[in-house]
Amino acid sequence: MIKRIRKPRLSRSLGGDIGIFIFLGLGAAFMSMPLVFSINNAFKPLNELFLFPPRFFVKNPTMDNFTDLMVLMSKSWVPITRYFYNSIKIVVLGMLGNVIAGSLAAYALSKHDFPGRKLVNEAIVLSLMFASAVTNIPNYLTISYLGWVNTHWSIIVPAWQWTLGLYLMKNFIDAMVPNTLIEAARIDGASEFRVYAQVVMPIVKPAWLTLIILVFQNLWSLTGGQFLYAEELKTLPTALNQISAGGIARQGVAAAITLMMMSVPIIVFIINQSKIVETMGTSGMGGE
Amino acid sequence: MSSEVARPTVGSKISVNVKPDSLLTRMKKSWVSYLFIAPFMLLFSVFTILPVLISIGFSFTYFNMLEPPTWIGWGNYLRLFLADDVFLIAVKNTLFFAAITGPLSYFMCFIFAWFINELQPKVRAFLTLLFYAPSISGNAFIVWTLIFHRDTYGYLNAQLLYFGLIDRPIQWLVDPDWMMPICILVTLWMSLGTSFLVFIAGLQGISPSLYEAGAIDGIKNRWQELWYLTLPAMRGYMMFGAIMSITGSFQAASILTQLTGPTPTDYATWTVMQHLLDYGNVRYEMGYASAIAVVLFLTMVGTQKLVQRLLNKIGT
Repeated sequence: MIKRIRKPRLSRSLGGDIGIFIFLGLGAAFMSMPLVFSINNAFKPLNELFLFPPRFFVKNPTMDNFTDLMVLMSKSWVPITRYFYNSIKIVVLGMLGNVIAGSLAAYALSKHDFPGRKLVNEAIVLSLMFASAVTNIPNYLTISYLGWVNTHWSIIVPAWQWTLGLYLMKNFIDAMVPNTLIEAARIDGASEFRVYAQVVMPIVKPAWLTLIILVFQNLWSLTGGQFLYAEELKTLPTALNQISAGGIARQGVAAAITLMMMSVPIIVFIINQSKIVETMGTSGMGGE
Repeated sequence: MSSEVARPTVGSKISVNVKPDSLLTRMKKSWVSYLFIAPFMLLFSVFTILPVLISIGFSFTYFNMLEPPTWIGWGNYLRLFLADDVFLIAVKNTLFFAAITGPLSYFMCFIFAWFINELQPKVRAFLTLLFYAPSISGNAFIVWTLIFHRDTYGYLNAQLLYFGLIDRPIQWLVDPDWMMPICILVTLWMSLGTSFLVFIAGLQGISPSLYEAGAIDGIKNRWQELWYLTLPAMRGYMMFGAIMSITGSFQAASILTQLTGPTPTDYATWTVMQHLLDYGNVRYEMGYASAIAVVLFLTMVGTQKLVQRLLNKIGT
């Protein structure tokens, strides 16, 4: 049984393995609470949602909350598909730009030696530590100067320079791509761009797959706040927040919305993780 | 092509007897590198560096967002440390909160990632999802407010009363003795986020041949393997995780606000970040909020340098 769950590895004791399984089992039960709770809540009829004392598990599961949500969405002034399209557009463009701009710069910062490299690396680490709440005003002025207020670019373009992505990519390139491999590719006559696209990026696939999850999650929950005014430009979270803010009677619908909103990143996460496992099984390329 | 490209550090050692190039020549030779970082750097300068510099400038002004800022020199900083009692409470709370959640969340991320990495791919993917669930499920931590609800209907109070351990409900999220520990518990519960995923991906990238060679060299158990092989191979990611833990624990605000409310009893869970948001978003004193951001920033940079020094000792 234990052999089937864990990878065969050297220098492991049976007692330690059993200890780890117990530890992980308890941890998983504790951590999965929000998932279990949200799923249960979404299927609770109204009388169970307002039950006092509140019950954790659903007793008479129903689809009422979802059908109510469908009715509300079909009555929406701007069709719900429009909000969905806006969200997808922002997420996809923001994610692509972030991964591409970040990994291009990460490759040069990790494997090239040029004047100013140390300074840029330092600036990136420092920028992660400055509270973004106070940079909102200068940012708003910049965006309004560029004429991007009330367009999706106000959300998409700033997302391209989220430093987390670059910093993450740089760490993975540092650790996983041996210098000798890059040298070899150059000797074979590959241009720098080809080295980046065909040597470095395939090796660090786990890095950009992980980055995609993180950026997706961040962009997916964005409401567009101070930049988007036109109703037809707003995102899915805004629309769903408006529906669930419609008073206490919307409690059931709100639970259905919570489940719906969190199921999308979870699906992305599952697809993504299975891809990471695949690469690891086949590439066999490790850090030196 | 390759002659124009900046060489990696390893290669540059070859031309030792050649006179070093001037800075300008080296910059000209590195044009490909600059091309690679150009798109990012352009956006980064406009949307991060510039706003941060402007905010640092604001921190020396009085700026209420309606009138143009007026220069007041060190006024904001003097007021912070000499006249603002609530800020000093917030500093004390933040240091306490960060000293506990920072290191603990860091170790949790690593230990869980390390344990999970021992498992077969399918089990690993499933457990990763379960452990990551609190971070991915948005505002699902509301479940904690039900558990720690202050009347007899709260899950925990009801259980404790039922077993006769207490004779009246505990005011969990209102009683200053309990507020901070509960906030720390919930924060730790949500802490298996970015670093956790990065650690898992990083651990999977370590080549199995490293461990095989280690076993031949006399690595006896998993702890030796961790210290001498795994941790040194993970050093870059460990620094990444440390920065995530530092920023996460020093900038904690929204979880605390949602658990104990915007005006916690006796400011028992009032953090520097909440203080900053209070002045920035509620009172519209942007100059003062910027000064808080600068102080917070310097604290985090100091902590990061300290942690970096500790991490350099790994595997020695």
